[in-house]
Amino acid sequence: MFTTNPFLELSLSVPSLALKAFVIVMVALVVIGTMLDIIHKKNVTYFFNNAKKAKQSAKKELTSSERIGIISKTIVHDIATTSELGMGKRRAAHLLGMYGTILFWLGSAVMIFCYTSASANTPIFWPIIWHIGAIMTCVGGYWFWLFLRVDVSAEAHSVFRIITADLFVLSLLASSTFGLIWSYLQYQGIKGWDSLFLVLFALSNIILFGGVYWSKFAHMFYKPGAAIQKNLAEADGSRDNLPPPADAPEQFGLGIKREAPKHY
Amino acid sequence: MSTFVYMTRCDGCGHCVDICPSDIMHIDETIRRAKNIEPNFCWECYSCVKACPNHAIDVRGYADFAPMGHSVRVRREEEKGTISWRIKFRNGTEKNFVSPITTKPWGKFIPKLAEGETPNQGEINSQILYNEPHGLNTDKDLPTINKDSFKQGVYY
Repeated sequence: MFTTNPFLELSLSVPSLALKAFVIVMVALVVIGTMLDIIHKKNVTYFFNNAKKAKQSAKKELTSSERIGIISKTIVHDIATTSELGMGKRRAAHLLGMYGTILFWLGSAVMIFCYTSASANTPIFWPIIWHIGAIMTCVGGYWFWLFLRVDVSAEAHSVFRIITADLFVLSLLASSTFGLIWSYLQYQGIKGWDSLFLVLFALSNIILFGGVYWSKFAHMFYKPGAAIQKNLAEADGSRDNLPPPADAPEQFGLGIKREAPKHY
Repeated sequence: MSTFVYMTRCDGCGHCVDICPSDIMHIDETIRRAKNIEPNFCWECYSCVKACPNHAIDVRGYADFAPMGHSVRVRREEEKGTISWRIKFRNGTEKNFVSPITTKPWGKFIPKLAEGETPNQGEINSQILYNEPHGLNTDKDLPTINKDSFKQGVYY
């Protein structure tokens, strides 16, 4: 199953062109949803106004090379490792979900666009990437959704309480889970059930990509921007009005580390 | 001055929800970020401001003495044992303060009452409270007031 391209067998019953069109429609839905979200929340306007204010209170002018250096460092250190989540379970779960999803989507796009024609011979690398990506997404996603969600861990709400903020993670989990089940059923040749899970896989993708306007999907575009702005503000001295790091504070002593919340 | 959250900075860790003594920091149901649901009930203890690992919580001053354009930000550096405040006024004036973190390890100053001596009736009726006068860092006798003096003026 792990070395089989599930889209190749699907292309025997569904035209390859329809599969490609589905992917293109999903990408278009993401773009439209994000644009509507930006217009509705005015977050990009806020972001640039904030950057303008930061520039006014900057203590030093950053050169282009300094900016490029800071942005590169932010991408490698902050964004690629989601360092803002600190060291712990949340970061591990997020990294699993993030890289799993990237692999899953990348594998889907490559296999659909390059290896769904009858003459195509899929290298085993891509089906493996697709399956591992889906499994990583499931591990990180279910770990987060069942145990790490802040409304469960800090607010002590029931794990079964579903809120709007769950739309993204649940549709992503549904997509990965149904995709894996569909691949397994198709590989085993269990007719009927494989069609059912294919429909569920497609539906969960439509909800995931079509629900961008209502879900947290677009955070994957906003968060990197916010991280870059934060580090640029630290470097130019404006620091979002935060005080500078304390200088020579040895006389203050204690330095007691605050306990992580664990009251529930 | 009640607190508010910068949504772009918050990562929804829940530390502020956990630490708020007024239980007004909650998680938004749409974007799963923290929010102050009732600024009027904020005790202004700034526990959430100091607890936030992402500096996502800020303080909104009262309009009569801190009109729009001001800023009150805090940076907590546990490894240095410091807490720094930066107050920025609308006219650009800045005031910076650095103070020690005085938080003590959990449980260090909780009195172990069960291990102490049981007070006798005289001590229970006394106006001196538990651990007084030592707890006030003095060994002097504290002034007391005759209870009967409170009754003056009550009788008609």
